[in-house]
Amino acid sequence: MRRPKRPLFLARAPYRRRRLRDAARLLPVLGAFLLLLPLLWTPGSRMALTSGDVVYFFSVWLVLIVLAAAFAPGLRGGEGADDEED
Amino acid sequence: MPFNLLVLACFLYVAFLFTVAFLVERRADRRRLGWLRSPLVYTLSLSIYCTAWTFYGAVGYAARSGLEFLTIYFGPTLVFVGWWWLLRKLVRIGRQHHVTSVADLISSRYGKSNTLGVIVTMLAVVAATPYIALQLQSVVLSFGVFASAAPDGSRPLEAGQIAVWVAVGLALFTILFGTRNLDAREQHHGIVTAIAVEAVVKLVALLAVGSFVVWGIAGGVADVIARIDAADLAAWQVQPGRWTGLILLSAAAVITLPRMFQVMVVENEDEGHLARASWAFPLYLLGMSLFIVPIAVVGLERMPAGANPDMFVLTLPLAEGQAALAMLAFLGGFSSATSMVIVESIALATMISNHVMIPLWLRLRPGAAEEDDLRSVVLMARRLAIAAVLALGYGYYQLSGGSAALASIGLIAFLGVAQVLPAMLGGIFWRGATRTGAILGLVTGLTVWAYTSFLPSFGPGAVLPETVFADGLFGLGWLRPHALFGTQAMDPIIHALFWSMALNVLAFCLGSLFTFPGPVERLQGAAFVNIFEGAVGPQRWARGRAEPEALLGMAQRILGEETALSLFQSAARAQGKEVFLPDPTPAFLDQLEARLSGSVGAATAHAMISQLVGRATVTVEDLMAVASESAQILEYSARLEAREAELTRTAGALREANEKLTQLSLQKDAFLSQISHELRTPMTSIRAFSEILTEGDLPAEAVMRYGRIIHDEAKRLTRLLDDLLDLSVLENGAVQLNLGLASLQGMIDTALTAARQTRPDRDFQVVRDLPAEAIYLRTDADRLTQVFINLISNARKYCDAPRAELRIVVLQRSGRVTVDFIDNGKGIPKESQALIFEKFARLTDANRAGGAGLGLAICREIMTNLGGSVAYLPGQRGAAFRVTVPLRLERLAA
Repeated sequence: MRRPKRPLFLARAPYRRRRLRDAARLLPVLGAFLLLLPLLWTPGSRMALTSGDVVYFFSVWLVLIVLAAAFAPGLRGGEGADDEED
Repeated sequence: MPFNLLVLACFLYVAFLFTVAFLVERRADRRRLGWLRSPLVYTLSLSIYCTAWTFYGAVGYAARSGLEFLTIYFGPTLVFVGWWWLLRKLVRIGRQHHVTSVADLISSRYGKSNTLGVIVTMLAVVAATPYIALQLQSVVLSFGVFASAAPDGSRPLEAGQIAVWVAVGLALFTILFGTRNLDAREQHHGIVTAIAVEAVVKLVALLAVGSFVVWGIAGGVADVIARIDAADLAAWQVQPGRWTGLILLSAAAVITLPRMFQVMVVENEDEGHLARASWAFPLYLLGMSLFIVPIAVVGLERMPAGANPDMFVLTLPLAEGQAALAMLAFLGGFSSATSMVIVESIALATMISNHVMIPLWLRLRPGAAEEDDLRSVVLMARRLAIAAVLALGYGYYQLSGGSAALASIGLIAFLGVAQVLPAMLGGIFWRGATRTGAILGLVTGLTVWAYTSFLPSFGPGAVLPETVFADGLFGLGWLRPHALFGTQAMDPIIHALFWSMALNVLAFCLGSLFTFPGPVERLQGAAFVNIFEGAVGPQRWARGRAEPEALLGMAQRILGEETALSLFQSAARAQGKEVFLPDPTPAFLDQLEARLSGSVGAATAHAMISQLVGRATVTVEDLMAVASESAQILEYSARLEAREAELTRTAGALREANEKLTQLSLQKDAFLSQISHELRTPMTSIRAFSEILTEGDLPAEAVMRYGRIIHDEAKRLTRLLDDLLDLSVLENGAVQLNLGLASLQGMIDTALTAARQTRPDRDFQVVRDLPAEAIYLRTDADRLTQVFINLISNARKYCDAPRAELRIVVLQRSGRVTVDFIDNGKGIPKESQALIFEKFARLTDANRAGGAGLGLAICREIMTNLGGSVAYLPGQRGAAFRVTVPLRLERLAA
């Protein structure tokens, strides 16, 4: 079952919505990167528990939440067959 | 604090939960849920991820392993902020296919295979039982904290008794609200709301204890930070493997844990809630872990050396004399434990009843689908399953004796359920995943997990003999449970994660690549993977010989009489029938199956309907037939499109032809009036002069002059008529062509000589390229020469340059010869260029040298007859005409 041909180029609003989806998909990648980054900080790839680490992890966590909250309203409506993820 | 007060508080709290659940269920029955179906409740219900293991255990974890406890929250955070990848699809599939559990999802995806359902159910039960035991243990431990703190030393309840009462209470609650009805979508509003309330209690309790620790015991945030740096925890160092592995593990677990799946997918009311939960749930997790490190650090400082850090959340407020706060913390921990057990046992009971008990029942009593009241059978099965799950948990707790080994069971359980992940992800993203692959992967993963992680967790000598740990299975060194294939450098849990997942994925992929899926499997695969592309695939049922009455009977036994009747009635109405019973069309059978699978699972619903329909659903041939049908439709629409395009083209051509005809008719009128005008002018002068002559009495020279005028005008008339005749012959294509080989140069020579008669007085320079003209053409030389004469004469006539010059350029290319006649005059204005080849078109009357304006029209017709053309060549500064003629005219003279 071939899907109907999709338009090659989009108007401004759908274009923005699609980029928003891209951003939402990239968010966990960014998160994983930031959460694994401290492994490279100290020599021998070992990290001690200091207050700095605690503050760092909680800041990253909060940033991820804020970004996800910023993306969520724009993403809520447009799920469905109108255009697919790939 | 009196121990009895604690029991009373506990009892009151449980009574409160019962009331909440009861009230919500009542509102749900009246369909007035309102805000109870909000994203907030959904998000809070997701908090069953945080069990007692995380409520109490996180502090202990932080005290022992520093920041590593955060990994348990980071995994879910990443999964939820990335909900667009996976959770969205999972929830959509769950809603559309009436999925009732993880096992149902897997079994439904892989061709409604009950074998897979049983395997996943088994895996879930094995992994969850110790986890449930852990919750019981945490409740018992927390009771113990208070009991030991009681000064009078009276301990009215033993630990075992407490565990029994807790288990019984939980079973009662779950059975009451979890099996009230066999809802088509397995939703339990009462329980979900009760869990949401418990989530709030958990969070408030932990935040209260945390705030007390930070601002009550320590001197604020700055002081806590200083204490963290000063604490022993600073010595803790992270292992990169564990850090990464545990984030992955918790990310996998949050999707595959039966209880998470239950609240996230099965109990989901609205896909929009997921968008809110994508950030709200991570925020909840952040709140839950915000004060873990301060509590751990301060606890380690203040509490005696031997104190259990797992209980710091309770013991710290107690030691500081904050009984009320301790009570709140106790209720928080109690909430965590109970909510987890309730949802887990519902999820497991659904799996067990749908995939084990009901299929067994149907197997043992083949006629059951038509006879018994299955509804009560299913409900009873579910109640029994809940009791069994709790009994298992309690039994495990008793067997393990509440040992410290339980503490690590959380991660082991995570790893166990994570074995479902490859089959799940493969199922919803890869159409090539097959049932055999899924079975192989699951069994492999389950085996490796049991051998490397689950069984060793009982300790050496408990299940696996010590020799196995030391020398490997059967004395094979490379089969040691903690060092498979010699990989002993790894941490045990990471070792188990690595090998179980690696071998699981390998078996799953190989199995899928080398087997061929059955038709139902392929159908379901396409439907799952392409869930966002609308309805996929053909009907799952061929029109069978099912009796609608038998179907109704079966549906009534599962859905209840009223629901089943209204379902059948609306289906009948949709088919345009006024009676109660619809025809058993494939579409209706599909609809019925979907409804039933919401209650008893996809595999069972499928089996029951196929029992009545009698035909083993679709075959590969059916699939192919549908595929070719849709291909035909595509082809047909393509043909239609092509036809439409052709019609448009034809219409365009017709319109053009019509325009041309109108124009021609206008031209004809113009031609007639032109020609009468042209004929009349000489006629008028002939008549006038001949009249003068008939009067006589004229001098001889006047007679001679008038006679010459008459003669000239008659000649002009004749020429005009000759031209007209010539033109009409040419236009009709009836001209006789006299084909022969002729030299182009000769023709031009002749033309130049002949044209000299036109305005012989003019000084006219002709520039020629003689070598280029040395071409022999097979054409009608006379006619072509006539065209040349006409063009050269025109140049002589109309070129207005003081030193008139005509260039004749000959070019030969690809079988055609072009001859350009270019003069150095003003040329022809652009707007007139299109006109000059029309009949009677004369641009100026100034040089009217006897022509009737037919010359170029005749040229054009001649060239058409000669298979060539004559056209005005713009952009040459002067007037320029290009004559194109084929090198060899093959057409026979007409």
